[in-house]
Amino acid sequence: MFCLRGVGYRDILDIERLEIPEGKVTCIVGESGSGKTTLLRLLNKLISYDNGDIVYKGHSLKDIDSVELRRRVVMLPQTPAIFPGTVWDDLLIGLVFSEKPLVGEKKLLEIMKMVHLDKGFDEDAEKLSGGEKQRLALGRVLLLDPEAFLLDEPSSALDEDTEEVVIGGLVKYVRERGKTVVMVTHSKQVARSFSDKIVEISHGRVVSCWEG
Amino acid sequence: MLGGVAVRGIIELQMWQVAVAYIFIVILLFIVRARGIPREKEILVASLRMTLQLVLTGYILAYVFTNSHPLYTLLAIAIMEAFAVYNIYKRVKTPLSPRLREIIAVSMVTGTLASLFYFLLVVVRISPWYDPRYVIPIAGMLIGNSMTGISLGLSRLVDGMRTQQHLVEAALMLGATPGAASKQIVNASFDAAILPTINSMVGMGIVFLPGMMTGQILSGVSPLTAIEYQIAIMLGILGCVALTVVMFVQLGYKTFFNEECQLDLQ
Repeated sequence: MFCLRGVGYRDILDIERLEIPEGKVTCIVGESGSGKTTLLRLLNKLISYDNGDIVYKGHSLKDIDSVELRRRVVMLPQTPAIFPGTVWDDLLIGLVFSEKPLVGEKKLLEIMKMVHLDKGFDEDAEKLSGGEKQRLALGRVLLLDPEAFLLDEPSSALDEDTEEVVIGGLVKYVRERGKTVVMVTHSKQVARSFSDKIVEISHGRVVSCWEG
Repeated sequence: MLGGVAVRGIIELQMWQVAVAYIFIVILLFIVRARGIPREKEILVASLRMTLQLVLTGYILAYVFTNSHPLYTLLAIAIMEAFAVYNIYKRVKTPLSPRLREIIAVSMVTGTLASLFYFLLVVVRISPWYDPRYVIPIAGMLIGNSMTGISLGLSRLVDGMRTQQHLVEAALMLGATPGAASKQIVNASFDAAILPTINSMVGMGIVFLPGMMTGQILSGVSPLTAIEYQIAIMLGILGCVALTVVMFVQLGYKTFFNEECQLDLQ
């Protein structure tokens, strides 16, 4: 799905070759500051690489409209962004941003159940705990139903049990629909349990790849 | 009569009467010195600048009014515009990109000129079109208020983009266009810019009498005529501030994004 060749970004990232398979869960692991988040930002075109090329489904990212790409390849930041408003507003805002049709209460309840968010729709989203905000942001991304999900530490604010349930549910959901997931994680447990491919990055370089 | 010379019912102030008014500055200096507030220099400089600038302006206006010519009027407007734009650049503490500076200048000049000539030629219907007695004071009011509006909007826009960077980027990640991602910031900037003008309209005539109306009344114009002018000019100011600010924010937010729709705060 994504194919990286000789991609360099400042002195942060220098990837000679990397393939991210379609319809699979790829976990990116590595120490802090190794360039994992930068890689996701490059795939989402939030930043542009200095040299080399990234190809998405046969087309260079340079030839794909940035907004169009982000609607097909959605990114979830590490720190969950909560927009002013209620839980209902925050869940739907992604659909508003990406100009997609809004969904009804039934779908929202299904998503909230999947991310284990037991909150009222009219609650102030700003008042949720860190873990709840993370799950709300995850639910918002799932509602967009994109081709690929770029998830930056989606379980960093969750305890181990919740992490297992939420990420397990997420992976099951996307696999059933043939979606692609690229997930940065610090959790070896998550990487081992849910990934089809593990890419280890160190000092901006891919140092190992494992495919199950 | 209170010691001045009355001409057509107006008390003309003598030099010594103007000098006596400086007692307010002396009192202020005394207060800040007594309280240990280090502002004496600024107060003195501001008083001196105000005096020199107004004296100079008085002589220039007297000359322009008696030697009315389109070039003089246009030159006066150009100086006001240039000063206003320069002042906006100076007011914001953070560095401004060349594109943003350009947009500030374009919004100020086109917004104020469009409003000014609509006001002069359609509302007041002056003749000749360059009559400096009307054009210069009205241009001053429109440009001055728009300058304040854009300064406030600019500060809010720059602050908003920096402090809410994570929300703007999060919106982009979800597939928002730059316009949608910065909509809240742009609206807040417009609101901050327009609010002082709206507030001043609310208090007008009750809390205070505006400068132009006060000036007209002091110079012997009927209060009813002065009020008509004041209402018209307030509507003109509101329209002018709204036009310049909406142009500025609508074009200005785009300077924070590059051609790849990436947030670029450099």
